[in-house]
Amino acid sequence: MNFIIDPISFIANWLMNLLLSLGLSPIVSNVIVKFIGAFLLGTFGFSLVIFTIWLERKLYARIQDRFGPNRVGPWGIFQTFPDMIKIFTKEYITPVGADKIVYNLAPIFSVSAVLLTWAVIPFAPTIVGTDLNVGVLYLMAVGSIGALGIILAGWSSNNKYSLLGAFRSVAQVVSYEVPMILALLIPVLLGQSMGVNSLVYAQDVWFIFLSPIAALIFFLSCLAETGRAPFDLLEAESELVAGYQTEYSGLKFGMFYVGEFLHAFTISALMATLFLGGWRGPWAEQVPILGVAWFFIKAFLVYFFVVLIRISMPRLRIDQMLNFNWKFLTPLALVLLIITAIVEKSFMVIAPSLNLMETAIPWVRAGLHLSVNLIIILITVQILKTHRVKEVQIVGKPRLVAVAPEPPASVIS
Amino acid sequence: MQSDWLFIGLFLLIVALFPGVPILLAGLISPHKSSPTKSQTYECGLETVGDTWVQFRVQYYIFALTFLVFDVELVFLFPWAVAFGQLTIFGLMSGVIFILILFVELIAAWRKGVLEWA
Repeated sequence: MNFIIDPISFIANWLMNLLLSLGLSPIVSNVIVKFIGAFLLGTFGFSLVIFTIWLERKLYARIQDRFGPNRVGPWGIFQTFPDMIKIFTKEYITPVGADKIVYNLAPIFSVSAVLLTWAVIPFAPTIVGTDLNVGVLYLMAVGSIGALGIILAGWSSNNKYSLLGAFRSVAQVVSYEVPMILALLIPVLLGQSMGVNSLVYAQDVWFIFLSPIAALIFFLSCLAETGRAPFDLLEAESELVAGYQTEYSGLKFGMFYVGEFLHAFTISALMATLFLGGWRGPWAEQVPILGVAWFFIKAFLVYFFVVLIRISMPRLRIDQMLNFNWKFLTPLALVLLIITAIVEKSFMVIAPSLNLMETAIPWVRAGLHLSVNLIIILITVQILKTHRVKEVQIVGKPRLVAVAPEPPASVIS
Repeated sequence: MQSDWLFIGLFLLIVALFPGVPILLAGLISPHKSSPTKSQTYECGLETVGDTWVQFRVQYYIFALTFLVFDVELVFLFPWAVAFGQLTIFGLMSGVIFILILFVELIAAWRKGVLEWA
């Protein structure tokens, strides 16, 4: 019975006991079990990419009224495998003058930074890589390594356009980290913990209902961090050839793509965990395996929106994108943080005197936060309306147009 | 507690091997037919002109610096947010004033023209 309800921890316990009975010391057997767990988690992340690549291509195709991959396997579901084999046998072409060590390290960095995030994401109450008590801080720290991979790739390629892409990633990926961290502070504040699993436990009402603005800011800034359309300025193919990955070939090039697709799913998983209640759902706490199902339903729902935004939005210009970050998202997040803190504290002070029922307290709290959020949205929309750009400014002088010169006055008379 | 970080350490190793080993293997089985022409920089489809690592626009650097200021200060807010339940009104107000200082910083940077891309 236990095996059906919670297979992962059942197997882990069984393996642990087996190793202990073989006479290994507890430390060694702990290391072995953890190693196997880490290996399985990594494999799972990688196999998920194979699936999401197919899913994304298929969704793209359907949105654009095409068929998409439909030859290899049912609905073309095995299409990724031939592609993988093909890219696996391609030659590496290293440009002359490239910084060899950094050039080879960059694709590894960009994949592993994303994969590292999966260590703290809880799939179910018991199925979690490790429940760090500083999980959110870890997410922040690991999230910044991805930008490093892009910068290294652009810098080492000995290519001016790659370098320009890398600089843009400094301006973009790094800038969008500020509203992302500010938005992350709000679940931490509401859940009063930095452990990701305890944040999931704290979501009696999903945090997206408590603070829709924070969820939106987090989603948008995560989307910008992935560097995909509409925020794909780092590899804008009509401006920078292919940005930081121009000089890469073979599997090194493929790894950037793996990193990108994995990142797109990772932000959906993070969004599902931090704002949509993670594994929470009916009977999830009694039957952990159901939690996995709830988690992936939510994650794929968010992923669908990520793909939808990618396919339907045009690319932004770099000044527009930075303005959007520094002059809209960051001030909004700061204001939201102050107001959420004050509202939460006042609720804490007032709540005991209201004599509410035990079950009603989370709902009253959620209603309070939601209404404050809606007021902030209304005010923001009003401010945006008054500052709307009414006409496009034309830069530079008007062009000279060939016109017939005025005839001298003497001629007319 | 320690075993949590043990997992992170092991995962770090595995995560480095997962992209690293396939790249190495692909390097072994893929063809090696390098030639001077092939290994030239592609760049934009035209012949490369001049050095690559040249002076670049300072604006990128300024944005990175602004980010650094914010990032370092935001990390201080996490302990405040975690201990929010036990905070007194004084604790709440000191946090709010800290965020307001951040806000003033942002406005100062805005007024100074740091956030302009022109």
